[in-house]
Amino acid sequence: MATLHTVNKSPFANQSLLSCLNHVKDGDSVLMIEDGVYGGLAGSGLSDAVAAKAGSVQVFVLQEDLEARGIDAGRLIDGVTAVGYDGFVNLVAETDRTQAWL
Amino acid sequence: MKIGVLISEGPYTHQAADTAFKFVTAAIAAGHEVPRVFFYHDGVNVATRLSVPPQDERNIQQNWSGLAKEHGTDLVVCIAAAQRRGLLDENEANRQGKDANNIADGFRISGLGQLIEMGIQCDRLVTFGD
Repeated sequence: MATLHTVNKSPFANQSLLSCLNHVKDGDSVLMIEDGVYGGLAGSGLSDAVAAKAGSVQVFVLQEDLEARGIDAGRLIDGVTAVGYDGFVNLVAETDRTQAWL
Repeated sequence: MKIGVLISEGPYTHQAADTAFKFVTAAIAAGHEVPRVFFYHDGVNVATRLSVPPQDERNIQQNWSGLAKEHGTDLVVCIAAAQRRGLLDENEANRQGKDANNIADGFRISGLGQLIEMGIQCDRLVTFGD
């Protein structure tokens, strides 16, 4: 049973991304949306925590929310992939359930 | 696949109602079915037809009403959350002795049972909130 975890808050504002990363199981997927996309940035104090999970867990950011914040996909942590809304829908369909970290 | 959607954040707050709308649009475009969207907590404020955002800006309520008209998506507003926030349909306005109602086309007021039913009947439940 794979779970898609969505995180919509900046990891610099609250703990939801860290809570999520501490709860994910191997084979799960994490999708950062809205202000959550800041969690995908390379070179931040939290990048190592995200990168450490990016092997056992697939980590994605929503492309449209990245662009809305002026972040180029080239600034993402290695192993973090940008997807569009079509990718979001596919992730929901491919995983068994979706958990929003609100 | 049937995908149910829950929205628990108000319009023009952060992004939940916008993200949810784009998600639902993409899901339908991909051939999935979104039989119902449930508006809970501040999310019920999406359903007022009295909002008048600037004309060059997105109109969140009209986006959802248009989706319901085009695709038959059942837009359900939680009654307890709606009553607290002054969101009424004709029946509720009469029942509560109010002089007007403000619910937009395509939305209906009902109870939490509709959320539970959506969770049971849909293959996935996706939540957007604050």
